[in-house]
Amino acid sequence: MAIVLALVLVAVGSVLFHLVSPWWWTPIASNWGYIDDTLIVTFWITGAVFVAVVLFMAYCVFRFRHKPGQRAHYEPENKRLEWWLTVVTGVGVAAMLAPGLVVWNQFVTVPEDATDVEIVGQQWQWSYRLPGPDGRLGKSDTRNITPENPLGLSKDDPNAQDDVVIEGAELRLPLGKPVKALLRSIDVLHDFYVPEFRAKMDLVPGQISYFWLTPTRTGTFEVLCAELCGVGHPQMRGTVVVETEVAYQNWLKEQSQRTFARLNAPEK
Amino acid sequence: MVDVPLGPAGLVPPAEVEDVELYHPHSWVTKYVFSQDAKVIAIQYSATALAVGLIALVLSWLMRLQLGFPGVFSFIDANAYYQFITMHGMMMVVYVLTALFLGGFGNYLIPLMVGARDMVFPYANMLSFWLYLLAVLVLVASFFAPGGPTGAGWTLYPPQAITSGTPGGQDWGIILMLVSLMIFIIGFTMGGLNYVVTVLQGRARGMTLMRMPLTVWGIFTASVMALLAFPALFVGAVMMLFDRVLGTSFFMPAMVEMGQQTDRNGGSPLLFQHLFWFFGHPEVYIVALPAFGIVSDLISTHARRNVFGYRMMVWAILAIGGLSFIVWAHHMYVSGMNPYFGFFFATTTLIIAVPTAIKVYNWVLTLWRGDIHLTVPMLFALAFIVTFLNGGLTGLFLGNVVVDVPLSDTMFVVAHFHMVMGVAPILVIFGAIYHWYPKVTGRMLNDTLGKLHFWVTFLGAYAIFFPMHYLGLIGMPRRYHDVADFAFIPASAHTLNAFITVVALIVGAVQLVFLFNLIWSLRHGREAGGNPWRATTLEWQTPTTPPPHGNWGNETPVVYRWAYDYSVPGAKEDFLPQNHPPIAPATAGAAP
Repeated sequence: MAIVLALVLVAVGSVLFHLVSPWWWTPIASNWGYIDDTLIVTFWITGAVFVAVVLFMAYCVFRFRHKPGQRAHYEPENKRLEWWLTVVTGVGVAAMLAPGLVVWNQFVTVPEDATDVEIVGQQWQWSYRLPGPDGRLGKSDTRNITPENPLGLSKDDPNAQDDVVIEGAELRLPLGKPVKALLRSIDVLHDFYVPEFRAKMDLVPGQISYFWLTPTRTGTFEVLCAELCGVGHPQMRGTVVVETEVAYQNWLKEQSQRTFARLNAPEK
Repeated sequence: MVDVPLGPAGLVPPAEVEDVELYHPHSWVTKYVFSQDAKVIAIQYSATALAVGLIALVLSWLMRLQLGFPGVFSFIDANAYYQFITMHGMMMVVYVLTALFLGGFGNYLIPLMVGARDMVFPYANMLSFWLYLLAVLVLVASFFAPGGPTGAGWTLYPPQAITSGTPGGQDWGIILMLVSLMIFIIGFTMGGLNYVVTVLQGRARGMTLMRMPLTVWGIFTASVMALLAFPALFVGAVMMLFDRVLGTSFFMPAMVEMGQQTDRNGGSPLLFQHLFWFFGHPEVYIVALPAFGIVSDLISTHARRNVFGYRMMVWAILAIGGLSFIVWAHHMYVSGMNPYFGFFFATTTLIIAVPTAIKVYNWVLTLWRGDIHLTVPMLFALAFIVTFLNGGLTGLFLGNVVVDVPLSDTMFVVAHFHMVMGVAPILVIFGAIYHWYPKVTGRMLNDTLGKLHFWVTFLGAYAIFFPMHYLGLIGMPRRYHDVADFAFIPASAHTLNAFITVVALIVGAVQLVFLFNLIWSLRHGREAGGNPWRATTLEWQTPTTPPPHGNWGNETPVVYRWAYDYSVPGAKEDFLPQNHPPIAPATAGAAP
């Protein structure tokens, strides 16, 4: 009988835990509220199934536990019941999958007006590159990397000359403007993860991956690496600051001495 | 109403194959050490896997100590921590769960349950175990190698796995890991071919496929899957070994290592991930399907009721087995692969939830109107349903591509996969050991110790992994040696981590009670008799218990009915063994 109590406790306790525990996601700071919504829908559907099945189990164990003289009912199949359950399950699954795919479509479709920002990972720090006044990021190649050219930009590409290189400092993003993050690694896998943005994506050496977001709230947020990248993985942290357009433009002006051309200017 | 099981009960075709002469051992060594008897090999496999499980348990304690009380145990530095999680993961998934379900339960149960005298290739079966043992020794040797074992994470993702920033990456650790995996796969292939061919060719007269117990269906399907999936890992391991030892660049693009240019060029890190998960996802079901099968039989036997919807259960096993080969990239939604793959893999992944849900319903409906005996195996089976249901449902979060994005690489994932392929299958293993121990040894395991073991394990494991999901929801990343100093992680989350660690220590410790029970009951357990659970399947109908070499004495059994004739109306007993001849149609529970 203890097992009946335990089953009820697990079902009810899990729901209570969900409702009253202090552990929940961080306040969102990007346009990906849709992701949170899909997550909530999933919580409701799966939670209902969990509670229903576990409580039904508890009832079965209570009602049909062995008593002297009792005999089980012999019924190998019940096609109607089985098909009915299959269809209901199918509907429930579709109810989660459909919004999920719609939101995923948004996730992979970058808005036309998104600004490119490059995020470069290496063991164990974050670097960034902004396109500069021409709005275009220049070419890069891991083979070009030297101590003077830490991100491996191409010296021959005119688009690269005005690119702003930010090494070991914070990334700033303007509020309310869509940003396309282009992700590149120069050594092993990394993953750019800001919990408040919800979005994340791996940085893979040898290719460029991407995701996009629109920051919706000003503030300073922690960046962490979410893909095991060696023994320094937990130390690979950074900061991203979301600020108003005006403040962002002021900051951008201050960065003009960090252009690739200047950084690579011959010493005088 | 029902036509399947009752209809052809009496129809048994004549034997097509003569009973074959077995290999007869001549000495103690060939009988118990280099044994070709599947039952001895099963015990060898199981004992080795349990020993590896104990090592993995200690490793989990060590990593939990670090997470719960960071900085208190100075010997667990970042290097050691990553080595512990890597070895814990790989040991549990491959060397414990796969080996125990297929090498252990597969070897013991397949021949007995299908009414064969032994596996069809006993010599290859023997080699399978010895290669497995060798693989384990090579893996464990890496603890003593210079630089220690690999700390690349159990997924061994390159380039990180073979570079100098990772423990064991430029030492022996990764080499021994890859070599050990290759040996394991060669050994498994020998065993797996045995399991498959024995089920297909070695069944007793009358044992049609649709009369087989679901345990056999689960192990059989898992073995077929393993034979198809492990080669992908083998190939990946060979290529990575070449990358590491010969300097090739299968998985290594042009890259910098610790600030220095390397001569790597042109390889693809994502290729490894595809190979790994092409193995890795079926692997989840290679562990789960035998558990599904076994738990069906436990529930049916101890609820004295036929498995509900047997045919649907068989088709669900086959559907899951097939679908599991086209869902692998749901582990890679944020890997940087083409994001349009997400649509396909999210759809296939959520479709697989349907046959899986059917299995859960049918287990619960088997309890409905049953005659439920709350034995220790039944308790473990009930706990399995709860934990598997929980872990399966959180799979719907992670499988639904966009929901996976915030949760991927957080503690939510750790909680999910431990619940669904750690806790749940292990609960089945425990239930199965309590269930079949009397057949293996002739004695019952102690009931009181069994219940103590059950309660602490079930409630403890749930208390560990259920709250852990919420740490992931906060955004706490996995594979962090230290999660201190994050502003977004509240202090209460660290308290929860300490709580989880304390419970993990207790749950780990109670496994020693189980171990003690296993050893103590060998001599002091209650005599079991041949069929203590009054079960229908053939292994309980052997002339002697424990069954001797050759299993059946002079005559192999003849099968007249399916495996689930419990509480048949009109029958005197509440079970009819599979080799029980048809009873007169007037009294037997004939179809209306």
